[in-house]
Amino acid sequence: MAQFTTLTARAVVLAVDNIDTDQIIPARFLKVTDKAGLGSALFCDWRKDPAFVLNQPAAQGAQILVAGDNFGCGSSREHAPWALIAGGFRAVISTSFADIFHNNALKNGLLPVVVTPALHRELVAQLGRQPELQLTVDLEAQQLSWPGGAATTFPIDPFARDGLLRGIDQLDYLLGHAEQIAAFEARQQA
Amino acid sequence: MGKTLFERVWDAHVVAQQPGHPALLYVDLHLIHEVTSPQAFSGLRARGLGVRRPERTLATMDHSTPTLPGGYAAADGAGAAQLRRLEENCREFGIELHGLGSSRNGIVHVIGPELGRTQPGMTVVCGDSHTSTHGAFGALAFGIGTSEVEHVLATQCLLQTRPEPYEVRIDGRLKPGVTAKDIILALIARIGTAGGTGYVLEYTGSAIRGLDMEGRMTVCNMSIEGGARAGMIAPDDATFEYLAGREHAPRGQAWLRALERWRALPSDPDARYAKTTTIDGSALEPMITYGTNPGMAIPITAPIPSPEAAPEGTDQPTLEKALRYMGLQPGRPLLGQKIDVVFVGSCTNSRIGDLRAAASVLRGRRVAAGVRTLVVPGSQQIKRQAEAEGLDRVFREAGAEWREAGCSMCIAMNGDQLQPGQYAVSTSNRNFEGRQGPGGRTFLASPLTAAACAVTGEVTDVRTLLTGSGTVPAVGRA
Repeated sequence: MAQFTTLTARAVVLAVDNIDTDQIIPARFLKVTDKAGLGSALFCDWRKDPAFVLNQPAAQGAQILVAGDNFGCGSSREHAPWALIAGGFRAVISTSFADIFHNNALKNGLLPVVVTPALHRELVAQLGRQPELQLTVDLEAQQLSWPGGAATTFPIDPFARDGLLRGIDQLDYLLGHAEQIAAFEARQQA
Repeated sequence: MGKTLFERVWDAHVVAQQPGHPALLYVDLHLIHEVTSPQAFSGLRARGLGVRRPERTLATMDHSTPTLPGGYAAADGAGAAQLRRLEENCREFGIELHGLGSSRNGIVHVIGPELGRTQPGMTVVCGDSHTSTHGAFGALAFGIGTSEVEHVLATQCLLQTRPEPYEVRIDGRLKPGVTAKDIILALIARIGTAGGTGYVLEYTGSAIRGLDMEGRMTVCNMSIEGGARAGMIAPDDATFEYLAGREHAPRGQAWLRALERWRALPSDPDARYAKTTTIDGSALEPMITYGTNPGMAIPITAPIPSPEAAPEGTDQPTLEKALRYMGLQPGRPLLGQKIDVVFVGSCTNSRIGDLRAAASVLRGRRVAAGVRTLVVPGSQQIKRQAEAEGLDRVFREAGAEWREAGCSMCIAMNGDQLQPGQYAVSTSNRNFEGRQGPGGRTFLASPLTAAACAVTGEVTDVRTLLTGSGTVPAVGRA
């Protein structure tokens, strides 16, 4: 899995609540058998609007998405984080994430950063004034910061954090428990 | 302190847990379909791994499958390639597949229970968020991503952080015209689409006990639309009656032993929930959505909410955006809104009881001119049963299309879809922008309401078409 340590990058603001995975990648793009090549499908229907934020020159090269509450609700499609990553994103900042999306993102090295509503408002306002602002997401320190702003700690499950910092795949961890799994199966059979 | 149903099932499936780490949770039943599994099998091959327990894995084709006759030939190129890939993967890894043409084919969340594979106390997962459906049997069932599908294929286990139990208590007697779908839409309207995040819902109360298994599946199915990991209902005699004699249900002595285990599953009287929400079932009205997520639902006779007077917790710009997309005026009634399409189907509402409900309204009536009505059974077994009961004739004579089983217009991957700008009343689970086709606009409702709207060509309160008993249509004839 892709490692995640520290990211300093520009951000793009999409402050709509409840952005569902059907918007992130519409279902008609799910008829694939690979993970790669989904970048052009990212927010495909919203991109038809020339005024959509990802169509603006300022969005080019942004690696952080600042989204509204309950980001990634709806379908379990892991194609959503795959498409975000293919679209150049490495972190999403929101006040909350839907459970399945949150899990899927972590397994792909896309960092979900949860901030308070107050900090979210401040960040959106700041990026409105200074779209070129570079944000820094430091996973080791669990801190979000930007020039001129105070660093803020964000929560993350320690197990997931450790896996991201070291780029370890969870499947290896599971495979390491083969004996316990076999013992469980034997107990269940008994 | 006693345990909740959820805690009992969870605790019985923890294989190992190191302090500060998520639990290794054992999976009893792993359901797979064509859309979220191919990359998982590729991952296994890349690592040289096999499927640990193929007999605990069950595959079906449902998302990309055509609902017109013709099998593979009727599927589009990319869809057919995905179906072929699933077939190859199942053959290579020895997994039972109910593919196109199988008499047991159908939507994954319909066939699991139908075949008796879903049983009380089990852990059930699938790369599909509506896996919560199976919680109707007192199973812990939830949707997972494709990486996790690979984990389960390889190890039969998942790494999971334990959610908290959340009781949703619904007491009282439902009024005529009010169904399981209306219960769950009312709940999501109350708690919002993130109200259940981090929780497993347990539905309790007399209104839930009064539902048959199909109604319970409808309720649990949409738990995910409230953000919950899963929804569960304690098993009871209705559960056991449903399962008895099913193809994969235990038999003889094994059935008696299973019953003993299953009867011990319900939450203890002194069990504690992290949260409780109570709804008076007898006060519920038929519900319908007006916006672009399932939480944007109102009683069908209510006005469309205005952003200025938005319900608590609703973000104003989000509501404005939704109403703009839907082309609706706040403050106006939704009743009378012209519609173009009616869809009866999906893992939420495509079972025999749903089809009977729709047929009870359509019998002896005609679909309004200009309205396209699609009735898509959840499985081939349901299709055959409906045909044996003559329901297909009722639908055809009313002017509706009677199709092959599949997900169809719920997810619009197989060519069954809305045209831009069209309005649909749909018995499915998601009214997200473009969900039923780019630019399409969805009103979610029950099969009764959907059928009533098909007849009038506009958003209609089904109670205006019901007679006193509430179940027999005014001009119906068997």
